[in-house]
Amino acid sequence: MSIVTDKAVAAKAVPAVSPPSSPWRRFVAEFAESKLAMGGLILFVLLALASILAPLIAPQDPYDLAQLDIFDVRLPPGSVSEGSGLTYWLGSDAQGRDMLSAILYGLRVSLMVGAISVVVAMSLGLAVGLGAAYFGGRIDAVLMRLVDIQLGFPAILVALILLSVVGQGIDKVMIALIVVQWAYFARLARGAALVERHREYVEAATSLALPAWRIVFRHIMPNVLPPLIVYATVRIAEAVALEATLSFLGVGVPVTEPSLGLLLRNGFGYLMSGDYWISFFPGAALALAIIAINLVGDQLRDMLNPRLKR
Amino acid sequence: MMIRKLAAIAALATGLMVGLAAAVGAQELKIGLKTEPSSLDPFYHNLGPNLQMSAHMFDQLVAQDDNQKLIPALALSWKPISDTEWEFKLRKGVKFSDGSDFTADDVVFSVDRVAKVPNSPSPFTLYTKAIKEIKIVDPYTIIMVTAFPHPLLPNDLGSIYIMSKKAASGSAPEGKTTEQLNKGDGLVGTGPYKFVEWVRGDHLTLEANPNWWRGKAKWKKVTFRTFTDNGARVAAILSGDVDVIESPPTADLPKLRENPKVSVSQGLSNRVIYIALDSFAEPSVGIPDTSGKNPLKDKRVRQALSMAIDREAIVKRIMQNLGVAAGDLLPQPMFGSRADAKVQKYDPAAAKKLLADAGYPNGFTITLGTPNDRYINDSDVAQAVAAMWTRIGVKTNVDSIKSTVFFKNRDEYKYSAYLAGWGAGTGEMSSPLRSLVATQNKDKGMGVTNRGRYSNKAMDAKLEDALRTVDDKKREALLQDASRLVINDYGILPLHYEVTPWATKKGLTYKPRVDQNTLAENVVAGGK
Amino acid sequence: MLAFIIRRLLQAALVIVIMSGLVFVGIYLIGNPVYILISPEASELERAQVIHNLGLDLPLWQQYLVFVEQALGGSFGKSFVFGEPAMKIVLERVPATAELALFSTFLALFVGVPLGIWAGLKPNAISSRGIMAGSILGFSLPNFWVGLMLIMLFGVWLRNSEWLSFLSLPASGRGETVTFLGTRLSIFTIDGWRHLLLPAFTLGLSYMALNIRLTRAGVREVLLQDYVKFARAKGLPERRVIGVHVLKNILIPIVTVTGLELGTVIAFAVVTETVFAWPGMGKLLIDSIVSLDRPVVVAYLMTVVGLLVVLNLVVDVLYSVIDPRIRLGGRSE
Repeated sequence: MSIVTDKAVAAKAVPAVSPPSSPWRRFVAEFAESKLAMGGLILFVLLALASILAPLIAPQDPYDLAQLDIFDVRLPPGSVSEGSGLTYWLGSDAQGRDMLSAILYGLRVSLMVGAISVVVAMSLGLAVGLGAAYFGGRIDAVLMRLVDIQLGFPAILVALILLSVVGQGIDKVMIALIVVQWAYFARLARGAALVERHREYVEAATSLALPAWRIVFRHIMPNVLPPLIVYATVRIAEAVALEATLSFLGVGVPVTEPSLGLLLRNGFGYLMSGDYWISFFPGAALALAIIAINLVGDQLRDMLNPRLKR
Repeated sequence: MMIRKLAAIAALATGLMVGLAAAVGAQELKIGLKTEPSSLDPFYHNLGPNLQMSAHMFDQLVAQDDNQKLIPALALSWKPISDTEWEFKLRKGVKFSDGSDFTADDVVFSVDRVAKVPNSPSPFTLYTKAIKEIKIVDPYTIIMVTAFPHPLLPNDLGSIYIMSKKAASGSAPEGKTTEQLNKGDGLVGTGPYKFVEWVRGDHLTLEANPNWWRGKAKWKKVTFRTFTDNGARVAAILSGDVDVIESPPTADLPKLRENPKVSVSQGLSNRVIYIALDSFAEPSVGIPDTSGKNPLKDKRVRQALSMAIDREAIVKRIMQNLGVAAGDLLPQPMFGSRADAKVQKYDPAAAKKLLADAGYPNGFTITLGTPNDRYINDSDVAQAVAAMWTRIGVKTNVDSIKSTVFFKNRDEYKYSAYLAGWGAGTGEMSSPLRSLVATQNKDKGMGVTNRGRYSNKAMDAKLEDALRTVDDKKREALLQDASRLVINDYGILPLHYEVTPWATKKGLTYKPRVDQNTLAENVVAGGK
Repeated sequence: MLAFIIRRLLQAALVIVIMSGLVFVGIYLIGNPVYILISPEASELERAQVIHNLGLDLPLWQQYLVFVEQALGGSFGKSFVFGEPAMKIVLERVPATAELALFSTFLALFVGVPLGIWAGLKPNAISSRGIMAGSILGFSLPNFWVGLMLIMLFGVWLRNSEWLSFLSLPASGRGETVTFLGTRLSIFTIDGWRHLLLPAFTLGLSYMALNIRLTRAGVREVLLQDYVKFARAKGLPERRVIGVHVLKNILIPIVTVTGLELGTVIAFAVVTETVFAWPGMGKLLIDSIVSLDRPVVVAYLMTVVGLLVVLNLVVDVLYSVIDPRIRLGGRSE
């Protein structure tokens, strides 16, 4: 068993060509060691580019209702519109929206919603979790009970309150997702930080009378981050799925600005109808995006983990 | 050895035959519902799924047939004997499911109980408030006295199910409480089925009422299960878990029709899908770019918006023919509908011209509100309308939102235009007219759902006249006049009437009902 | 230890009170339930009457006081929709959801962790790569999609196929139940288990995937630690190295996540319950939120928060059992 691991480590250590000079280049070189991760990164960059450039490359502006033709609804992939002459490469949906365009724009919304909400929620949760673990006692109790309240508060209720009070919009969905997710990170960060807090190096740092913030951020945080990043990559997928679920429950993004989640939810109604393209393509796009994010996340995690350092 | 084998084969064969016989004679019907009733108390919550369940276990004095025509049920006949008095002759020889006799006392008890049920979120007093007093002439003749001339009394009684006084009396003011009735305690009626068991969220079981006055119920046992999710409901019929489902989604209908194990039944409903326009506020909240003017107050603009909608295309493409384009608020041949009500012709060029004439050659911007979980394909229809309006220059945003929030926004006048639906509970024209388009008047209970605040005095006069006219012929003519006035003024834009679908196991058919109810008695053997 | 647990339970009570207040305000902000529940034909006067009957015309703080009074009496008020005591309605649904949640967590743990250990020990084996790829799919496919596909495969396709129908599984509901101590349970019948399988798998799939990934990450990390190398150097059998030294050190994140997810699964298995027509609490919650049935939502969420606090407590106690370096109660001790 140990041979396997040693071999793996040795294999990783071998391509030490010229020692990279700057930390950034070292970082890139280390990342590129995994072909799978590189593949994931390339896929992710391609998807991200496609979504950013959606207005330029999409054949149709799915937000412009005047471009939708009611006689082009539910056309199979490859059909040509009789009205506009547009080819629906991936078919059209129940509104006569070009699926390809809708997916490109939807990817944009979903990636933005997923990434921003998870990053903000993770930062918030990390701060809360570290604070709770380091200070302990009352502060810990108050923060963790806050987490309990938040975890008990269902996403749909948060979304419905926001919908009712401030109206509909992509930004509101993002707020709802942040509100719902920070508590998970806080819990996880606290759990990991509790373990670190009692390790020798922290005790050493404490006995050196280093300031609290330095101990927390320089010593504890780097060791807490790896599990959090694993969880964050999973969470992005879950955030996108949660956004889809909110759409499923009718409290998601506006119908005229569909996200991948909303497209998937629309497609859900067509799973058994034989109009497979309405559900299949958004699902495939979502799965690709999530796989890419996870491949990148896995490698980043291994690199950021001080205990896997040689 | 040989004998044993033979015996085994014989036993097997008998077993098979018994099995077959059981399959034919068992007559158990399993129905997949979309929404579970909130209660079994027939007077607790005035809600479609509850009324539909009551119809299995109870009868009214005056029932409504599949087309909502009034038919005798527990009352053999009824007639007005003055403007405010109605005489009902009750049916003799009717027994409740517990074997006791039905008499006038049960009617008085039931009507009295309506107002006594506490905490009702939607009380049935809506249908009994006109009744001032019930006089018992003899056990099978009663006279209902109304507080004001009320020609719709027989229609209203279609929602009042008669309970057994003997079974439902109790210590609480209302007799047996809602909680007791939900457990089946006191739940005794004269309907085709009687209560067996209800496990909320799981299943509800009824069995044939042996004492039913109309004869033998069609099924020995009926089990209802609820599948709120469309896909799950369709899967349930495909897997054979249930024999009938209500409202299969339009998207799945083509496949269901092709499926050799399933057949689809459908029928026109009393529900019209319409768009209401804000014809009151100035400026109107969803129209930002007309420098404070509300263009919808101009009839030409309303007409243009109506002409811009291709109703036939919506019915065909979005509704997949589960709708009929509408030119009125109630389809023919229901009471008060008109033969001369034409579907608005689709003419975007003329619509553009009308807009220009009205002073909006470049159109304007408007927000169209719609619920996304209330009517068949509601949000999709609204998006299609928005696309059509945008094409004549009226740039339309769609605010498609959960009905919980939609109805609140609508009631707070937050929409310049909204899409909604109306099912005529009474089965005649005064229902949509008084709720949707009559001028708002709290004291008279008019225009309750008229959240576009449309007002047309001439129409109000005709309608109020109709609501006082007991003579059916005259009343129908008045209602027709009233609806003509609204439609020709584009006070409301009807889109289509919903067509309700049901999917059944092959070999069964559902006889569709205008009120969209799913009743076990309407499930009949024999395919199309 | 006991003082710690008592203190936590007191905090839990406080949490529940705060929660009830938050939910009260939240639902008040969304709207008035009467406008959703009442027949659209009812006039303004009739609406006002119903609002009065349900006590919704009082100022919010007075409504809350009424609720507190009812809660102390144990009834939590009557549901606006069902007209029955709210807590009773909630508790009726607990067994179905508890069965589903526990079984799916069991699946997630006892399938996920071993697969994760395998993938962590042999990171380059084809089987490991397969497991990892599968785990990515496991949480990238939305719940409702997986559920419906399973229904189509096991409930419709296999059921209707000629030779494989013995493999089919029921696609909806709880099946045959047995009443035990006044609750209806389906785990005592074979039919009940057959009904449980598909929804539990659907619900547990993403947590299974998560467990695989967390375990693998943990194992890879721990294997490089000195104490594992030392244990191996000492010549301890591999089984013991993995079973004790490795497993013990990867348990913390798994316990945390399991605690978190079990709570979520119990509380919000909405989508799975909807797709499988499972008569549990998740469906009740969604329906109640949508119809703004405040008594039920409050009773429900108070139950759930109570449950989460207890789970959290169990997780914290487990921390100190697994890793003696963590002391309960933090600094004060």
